Amino acid sequence: MAPLNILYFAWVREAIGRDEEQVERPSADMPIADLIAMLAARGGGYAQALGDPDRLRAALDQHFVPLDTPIGTARELAIFPPVTGG
Amino acid sequence: MTQVSIQTGDFDTATELAALENCGGGGVASFTGVVRGDDGLIALELQHYPAMTLAQVERIVEDAMTRWPLLGVRVIHRFGRLEPGDRIVFVGTASRHRTAALESCAFLIDWLKSHAPFWKKEHFSDGEARWVDARAEDEAKARDWLS
Repeated sequence: MAPLNILYFAWVREAIGRDEEQVERPSADMPIADLIAMLAARGGGYAQALGDPDRLRAALDQHFVPLDTPIGTARELAIFPPVTGG
Repeated sequence: MTQVSIQTGDFDTATELAALENCGGGGVASFTGVVRGDDGLIALELQHYPAMTLAQVERIVEDAMTRWPLLGVRVIHRFGRLEPGDRIVFVGTASRHRTAALESCAFLIDWLKSHAPFWKKEHFSDGEARWVDARAEDEAKARDWLS
């Protein structure tokens, strides 16, 4: 199965220092929050950006979802702070 | 007529309002958002999620169309670097009924603030820059439409 593409936005992107990356596909039943915790464990900018999940929101295949949502067969996961448009 | 544009360039509010007035409804409401130059702000940088933004704003517009009898909806949201006085966002609605036009316009701007994938970074004259925090009251305003 194809790897999972992860996109970062706003200060999450700045702390991590990249717009996007591909990771080995986690099991379909893994919640987004668990993947975020695994990424945060890389340390450095990842820990800074992803260490406090309460400050994060996510979208799976361009739809907003809660962080306890399983990744399933999604191709794209986006991780970002709460939106501030308008 | 429903049309959504996500763009870097400016827009002309008179042109947009005229198009809505031509929808034949008799009532047009609009909101224009303009960059404020508070606290020495010199620029606002708007980032968005290109693959998601248009579809997400169109979902919000469809939601408005199911809630109110609308003849026209126009949404324009800019991204990129903007300066104080620049227009950021336009929401316009046309209906036969003023209540529908006014309420749907307010709904759309409230939902754009809390449900469209945009992020703002403020740049100040002293060289400081910071990402704008989401405001709890904006979330609450959007939630009010659900009750």
